[in-house]
Amino acid sequence: MGETKKVILRVKRQAGPKHAPRWEEFALNWRPAMNVIICLRDIAENPVTRDGKKTTPVTYESNCLEEVCGSCAMLINGKARMACSALVDSLPQPIRLEPLSKFPVVRDLAVDRSFMFESLKRVKAWIPIDGTYDLGEGPRMAPETQEQAYPLSRCISCGNCLEVCPQVNENNAFVGAAIISQVRLFNMHPTGAMHARERLEALMGPGGIADCANAQNCVKACPKEIPLTESIAEMNRQAWKQALLGWLFG
Amino acid sequence: MREPKIIVVGGGLAGLMATIRVAEAGVPVELFSIVPVKRSHSVCAQGGINAAKNTKGEGDSTDKHFDDTIYGGDFLANQPLVKRMCEAAPGIIDLLDRMGVMFNRTTEGLLDYRRFGGTLYHRTAFAGATTGQQLLYALDEQVRRYEADGKVNKFEGWTFLSAVIDDGGICRGICAMDMRSTEVKTFPADAAIFCTGGIGAIFGLSTNSVVCTGSAQSALFQQGVDYANGEFIQVHPTAIPGEDKLRLMSESARGEGGRIWVPRKPGDTRPPNSILESERFYFLEEWYPKYGNLVPRDIATRAIHRVVFQEKLGIHGQAAVYLDLTHIPREVLDRKLEGILEIYEKFLGINPRKEPMKVFPGMHYAMGGVWVNNEDQATNVPGIYAAGECEYQYHGANRLGANSLVSCIFGGGIAGPAAVKYARGLAQGCESTPASAFERERKRQAAMNEALIRQEGGENPIAIWRAMGELMTEHVTVTRYNKNLQQVDAKLRELTDRFRRINLSDHTLWSNQTLNFARELGNMLVLARVITLGALARNESRGAHYKPDFPERDDANWLKTTRANYSNGEIKLTYEPVDTSLIPPRPRRYDVAR
Repeated sequence: MGETKKVILRVKRQAGPKHAPRWEEFALNWRPAMNVIICLRDIAENPVTRDGKKTTPVTYESNCLEEVCGSCAMLINGKARMACSALVDSLPQPIRLEPLSKFPVVRDLAVDRSFMFESLKRVKAWIPIDGTYDLGEGPRMAPETQEQAYPLSRCISCGNCLEVCPQVNENNAFVGAAIISQVRLFNMHPTGAMHARERLEALMGPGGIADCANAQNCVKACPKEIPLTESIAEMNRQAWKQALLGWLFG
Repeated sequence: MREPKIIVVGGGLAGLMATIRVAEAGVPVELFSIVPVKRSHSVCAQGGINAAKNTKGEGDSTDKHFDDTIYGGDFLANQPLVKRMCEAAPGIIDLLDRMGVMFNRTTEGLLDYRRFGGTLYHRTAFAGATTGQQLLYALDEQVRRYEADGKVNKFEGWTFLSAVIDDGGICRGICAMDMRSTEVKTFPADAAIFCTGGIGAIFGLSTNSVVCTGSAQSALFQQGVDYANGEFIQVHPTAIPGEDKLRLMSESARGEGGRIWVPRKPGDTRPPNSILESERFYFLEEWYPKYGNLVPRDIATRAIHRVVFQEKLGIHGQAAVYLDLTHIPREVLDRKLEGILEIYEKFLGINPRKEPMKVFPGMHYAMGGVWVNNEDQATNVPGIYAAGECEYQYHGANRLGANSLVSCIFGGGIAGPAAVKYARGLAQGCESTPASAFERERKRQAAMNEALIRQEGGENPIAIWRAMGELMTEHVTVTRYNKNLQQVDAKLRELTDRFRRINLSDHTLWSNQTLNFARELGNMLVLARVITLGALARNESRGAHYKPDFPERDDANWLKTTRANYSNGEIKLTYEPVDTSLIPPRPRRYDVAR
């Protein structure tokens, strides 16, 4: 009987925000249809490194495990992606796991992405309804508009588009493609469009759309295949139009 | 007038709706959630949300929705509030539409509706096959708006540990842990609304998200909040088996025409597309000609178990059946079901537009939950409210597909204003509760954490969790025998003993996920026993609860709600009558017209 097939995993560990990172290697028993989450659970059940040293379970974020909650984004073999849909058999080994680099590390693979939620506040990413009272039906919408808007509304705030963007760095507060695309979504809605101007103003401020340098990495990194570069182009148009109107009539 | 303060625990659909309604009443809210609320489990709901809008000329009505829900739930739900929910559903759709939910549209620009299980009407509004995600985002956005206004204060990354209950038995706040710093803190409030969702983790593998452990419900139960109908567990007929999770394949796949089948010949090894129509056994269509593939979930799940385990017709002799969409035009699939097709494709590498999917039933939903009154989502402990999947009152013995989203929003929408009314009516608010009451609870919880961190036993929490999950899935889901249930209870006690000797393998105090998991596991073991004992006692078959030794529904003895309470470490079951004042119980049969 041969030795059981192994999965070799290298995990970048970091005990806390101020600790220095270090690497640990694990050898896990291979099974069919394994993903990175299953590997991390195996480690939690038996937290021992490849060379037999006791260690702690790896801290990471996860929730839905079907790529719709946006929790488990990390760098897997250097690529920003979701751990739940990263299937072991499709990854060259050793599989390297690192935290996203554009967000502060909390511990191990868990990072703090509250910047994204704060940005959603900044651009007023909502429909300002009058209240939850019974005010009748919403506005009618052409199926074509819905078909354009729905893909935008599937953004899971994973942060992968920020991770791959060269404009997102310590010297820059660029909100990133996800947020720009959300502005497009809300400006597209008949009620949302009534307040397009204030969203555009926020988007034209510091860290806004002008910081995009058109690297187009975002659209390739999006796990939901959201047409992010299209959104950026459209919002550029809207921003220019607003600036021009402001200049002419302001 | 003093300004009351309300806490909401859980930021899924119910919690966010409760938050919105409280903030709208001008009362400040503190919202606690383990994950950023946008990542809550509601995002996993796929197929849609029910409301009898009758837009297809079928003569649908809220009365018919009400009847389908009660009948589908095998008459175990108290009826008056269910009726109110069905009447409110069309207004809920309007509200969501106004919030900007990208529902699918008809050519006229109206909302489109599709069919779902347990009904003959097109009653389900949908946004592709990610309706839960779209609804959650809409409510998340409204809450963010209130947050930007300073009316909502979010505590994301905090986990609920216990309620602060004063000497008079009134809830005066909560005790929670910051999952990063592991700091344990109490938060005073005049009322707390719990919207803490499902309990899938008790079954090890389920369609639920990682946070759906039932830990909060169990902690409340151990503090004297009653738990009702725990034994009613929904097993969804169509999930993709997996080692980390059972990924749901929405009922909407069948609502849009998907068909379930197995090869007629046992052990047929041919690829599905080469098996002729006449060689396929469409067992749901043959056994239930009227509803076909859209029988309620308990019926479909039992039928699949029968085909696989008794008739030995599982695909390639395995525990799987085909869910076939290959006959549906690709354009329709992409427009209406893309979200779930994408899941199948990503996780299995097979295109379900071209090849039938292999699916099998998986634990999905708890019909039972925290006991609440039949008026305003209040529990038996003053100041504690519950809404959403964590409470018991809307779905009886079996929930119909696409009714959960409506019950979450309806329940949350009631709980919010009810808590405000209660808080405003209090003679003395939480500010007059002595600090010692808070400090006592904080110390008790901190001591539990310290003990877990320090102890050096030989048991691993994940190993115990897996053992519990296997037991529960094997004996306390689709088919139940009293002998096995008794053994499960004995083994759960053994696991509880082992739990006392666990070693966290992580003894640090920063972002220690094992510590939190251990807390949850201790609570899951208690709730697992509530479910098992409820099932053991109920000697009949009703909805999702099926005992071959008692195959019939027994209204004479069991048309009653199980109500579990906890005192001195013992689980006690009592029963109370079901309010069937609006629709008299009748036999539930889906194989013939009603």
